Amino acid sequence: MFVQRPDIRPATVEVLVDGAPVLVPEGASAAAAVLLAGLSAIRETPVTGAPRLPYCMMGVCFDCLAEIDGVANRQSCMVTVRPGMRIRPQHGAREAYRPEDAA
Amino acid sequence: MSLAYDLAIIGAGPAGMSGALEAAGLGLSVAVIDEQAAPGGQIFRAVEAAAADPALTGEYAREGAALARRFRAMPNIDYRPETTLWHIDIESGLLSLRGARGSGTITAERVLLATGAQERPVPIPGWTLPGVMTAGAAQILLKQAGAVPKGRTVLAGQGPLLWLLAVQLARAGAAPALLLETTPGGALRQAIGAGGLWRGRAMLAKGATLMLEARRAGMKVVRGVRSLRAEGEGAVRRLAWDGGSTSCDTLLLHEGVIPSTHITRALGLAHDWDAAQLCWRPSLDEWGASSHPRIAVAGDGGGIGGWQAAVEGGALAALDAAHRAGKLSAAERDRRAAPHRQARDNALALRPFLDRLYAPAPTVLAPADDATIVCRCEEITAGQVRQAARLGATGPNQAKAYLRTGMGPCQGRMCGTTVAALIAETRGISMEEAGALRPRAPYKPITVGELADLPAAEAV
Ligand SMILES: Cc1cc2nc3c(=O)[nH]c(=O)nc-3n(C[C@H](O)[C@@H](O)[C@H](O)COP(=O)(O)OP(=O)(O)OC[C@H]3O[C@@H](n4cnc5c(N)ncnc54)[C@H](O)[C@@H]3O)c2cc1C
Ligand code: FES
Repeated sequence: MFVQRPDIRPATVEVLVDGAPVLVPEGASAAAAVLLAGLSAIRETPVTGAPRLPYCMMGVCFDCLAEIDGVANRQSCMVTVRPGMRIRPQHGAREAYRPEDAA
Repeated sequence: MSLAYDLAIIGAGPAGMSGALEAAGLGLSVAVIDEQAAPGGQIFRAVEAAAADPALTGEYAREGAALARRFRAMPNIDYRPETTLWHIDIESGLLSLRGARGSGTITAERVLLATGAQERPVPIPGWTLPGVMTAGAAQILLKQAGAVPKGRTVLAGQGPLLWLLAVQLARAGAAPALLLETTPGGALRQAIGAGGLWRGRAMLAKGATLMLEARRAGMKVVRGVRSLRAEGEGAVRRLAWDGGSTSCDTLLLHEGVIPSTHITRALGLAHDWDAAQLCWRPSLDEWGASSHPRIAVAGDGGGIGGWQAAVEGGALAALDAAHRAGKLSAAERDRRAAPHRQARDNALALRPFLDRLYAPAPTVLAPADDATIVCRCEEITAGQVRQAARLGATGPNQAKAYLRTGMGPCQGRMCGTTVAALIAETRGISMEEAGALRPRAPYKPITVGELADLPAAEAV
């Protein structure tokens, strides 16, 4: 669970996290909005359905895959929030395009 | 038509910004590509927005902000934020980009990869539980959003960054309760033998000050922690280690940083296993030139040296690019390089000490407990990798066929080195023999439409 420090970084951008409005600072990532909203999981793993939240916040682990503005499998820690952005956790086996599968 | 540049720099961290400033100053046409929304890289992430945060004082607010200002003010740099490089056609110099403003291509005579480091994966039992993150992740939340963890925060692992984060969180009013330090007793004596303490004394003093401040803020420290595991249903609740346990809401792991070699490996550049830093690094000459004539690497992506070394490395690679472009004679390049070399040597003086002191335990590379997940994407355990090694997998590239390790969305960024270390251990071979995972383009997942841009020969 993460909390804001509004005196230091005013929360001015409203986004929708799983349908609920959340105010976050400009420059925050969609993954940060999910953590600030207090969701217990951003996705469930395709293999065992285990809950995950972002692990690295810098584009390495891909544990933050979420649906953003209707597009699934976005790396939410690499997406900067915009007003009105819709961020939804994703469940199950919706797989990203995987290079090895194209081979 | 793609825009053409003398030099394309990937990464607007200390190395990339410094390289761009030097190269543009010498009259090269320069493009700088970075995934982030603003310049700074990892250390100076979001510095333009957060420099006034009292939790982030020091070199972040001073040197970091100044570097970003100079970078912004320099004309002749085509800076493209929120843009990801997902493919390089190494022979033609065609770079495929995906940006907030759509995808496209540019071409470059020379490419400088200044893509930095990632945190070393810390595969302990329970590390996939919600509430377990890297220390760097918490720092990113602080820099980018001003956010801090709530509840009982525990830091675990070792290294300068962990102490820095402890202090930054404390200054932000969220001091961690506990630091579980994994450095074994006796490491300090060994590290002192590595030397460099006198030349590195300023950095050493800074580290000691951080440790003092973190403890004054109330953080307790347990030393010599072994066999750490995170426990809980649906989220981390408890931590246990040999001889102790505690409750926990947020666990922040850190065992140092390693070069991000995803792109350099995908390009097929030569790499060496660095036995001191326990990571792969691209083989580079004194200018950062790689085994391919078009590609150079600067900063932590070429070997961990910290931001000051990255700044000097970026400048050196830019001087070499200017020489290769015919803008500088070899003699003039060498003359200008001398102060940068000197500054880099100074910045690296303490490195052997730090590498020795904070060398990760063998179990960080190859987890002892067979039930530990090592591949987070496909949920493959250490035991499954050992089994594949016994069945015939001779390295991480072969393990893919047995287990799909390295074939999930992260393409082995998290598990590649762990899988290699487990195979090396099981088969009694060296890391060099196990080899490095060879990923393919695209470096990041892309849409089918973007894939159509990929040269046909690469797409198969
Ligand atoms: C999470 C984290 C936090 C850190 N914090 C500190 C700290 O507080 N203090 C400290 O002394 N050291 C810190 N470090 C160490 C760090 O490596 C610094 O030494 C320094 O940032 C290295 O500078 P660099 O220019 O080599 O790379 P970086 O600063 O890492 O910059 C690399 C840049 O490349 C970009 N990039 C990477 N791949 C692509 C791609 N495919 N397409 C487009 N852009 C790309 C990234 O977005 C990034 O901005 C941190 C490291 C990490 C991983
Ligand atoms: S949290 Fe690791 S990739 Fe986004």
